[in-house]
Amino acid sequence: MREGFKLEIVNPESSFLSKEGVSEVVVPAFEGDMGILKDHISIISFLKPGLMRIFEGSNEEIYYVDDGIIEFKNNCLSILTSNIFDIKKIDKNFAKDALAKAEQDAQKKDISDQSKYLLDQKIEVLKNLTLN
Amino acid sequence: MASLDDLKKRISSVKSTQKITKAMKMVAASKLRRAQESAEKGRPYSDKMNNIILNLSNSISDKENSPKLLAGSGEDKVHLCIVMTSDRGLCGGFNTNIIKKAKSYFQKILDSGKILKIITVGSKGYDQLKRTYKENIIEKISFKESKNVNYFDADKVGKIIIDKFEKKEFDVCTIFYNQFKNVITQIPQEQQIIPLKASESETSSSEDNYEFEPEEDEILSNLLPKNISTQIFKAMLENSASEQGSRMSAMDNATRNAGEMVDKLTIQYNRSRQAAITKELIEIISGAESL
Repeated sequence: MREGFKLEIVNPESSFLSKEGVSEVVVPAFEGDMGILKDHISIISFLKPGLMRIFEGSNEEIYYVDDGIIEFKNNCLSILTSNIFDIKKIDKNFAKDALAKAEQDAQKKDISDQSKYLLDQKIEVLKNLTLN
Repeated sequence: MASLDDLKKRISSVKSTQKITKAMKMVAASKLRRAQESAEKGRPYSDKMNNIILNLSNSISDKENSPKLLAGSGEDKVHLCIVMTSDRGLCGGFNTNIIKKAKSYFQKILDSGKILKIITVGSKGYDQLKRTYKENIIEKISFKESKNVNYFDADKVGKIIIDKFEKKEFDVCTIFYNQFKNVITQIPQEQQIIPLKASESETSSSEDNYEFEPEEDEILSNLLPKNISTQIFKAMLENSASEQGSRMSAMDNATRNAGEMVDKLTIQYNRSRQAAITKELIEIISGAESL
């Protein structure tokens, strides 16, 4: 198998993760999950709340992201996000709080369709997370 | 000439001041390290964000209809200035330099007959500006409670700005902050964030054709508000590093000055003590001689 590509995840405070040789990343892009392999065409997209899977050989890591922007270029995937958690380390209570808040926000009448869509996504993902 | 007792008192008071400034310097030095680290860690994010936006705006074909945050509201009447200062004093010229920079900009705006609105972040800036520009200040924000600079605070400021922009309360937005270069040099900066101005140095040759999902405009309209918060956050990080650096060198100077002063006073003290002794001796000797 050929070598993979470079992955960089940064959040405003610091660089969250930086890896070489990643074979595949599945990101929850706005219009649906998107798998990125080596030599993908340059792309810019943004993320909806969801799970991001990083495959490195036979290893798989899963992260929860709230939002973000991805840029893939010259076999380097940059992900900018303000909220990201390793789901193995995620605090159940924290997830529950976030879920409760998202549900509350979704009840509001004056939100736009887009944010409603994003919130629905968030609720769904968080529900799954808290169940497990 | 001051009496011996007065001199003694002064020496001890200068010494205790020196102790304080020394301690403050130490504290600032350790805080500086942390602030500098986080400022450096935060740079990749804002740089990347800038790059993506640059790439995006380059590939937008229909410049007329691009989002307002990028292109501006088409007018140039009301200027909003975000002046970012510290919440604490005793940090040398840190706040004064920002204010000076901001004031000269304000003057330019007012002279050209435009409307000026100010938001101050950090209480020191408000204190210095309220005398001259009281009626221009529309909001003051302070993050005294939060210990460290964090993104949520920056996001709050960003949301306020965007909210005001959408209500058409201003056309152009500029932020003022100190850029951290090193411990002794901090450069006051003015940076225009709405409409977005690509700095000249970053005219990267991006001929790559990107694929966008969803459409460019949609990404842009999502990204631009985030960029505002990111820029604010960057400014806050730079500011906090600058503040500590500036405080450290100011306190270093103060400590040194206090040391010099103690030396000078000690010499004066010794001289006058000597003089008093000599005077007493002369009195005794001349008394003995007259017998």
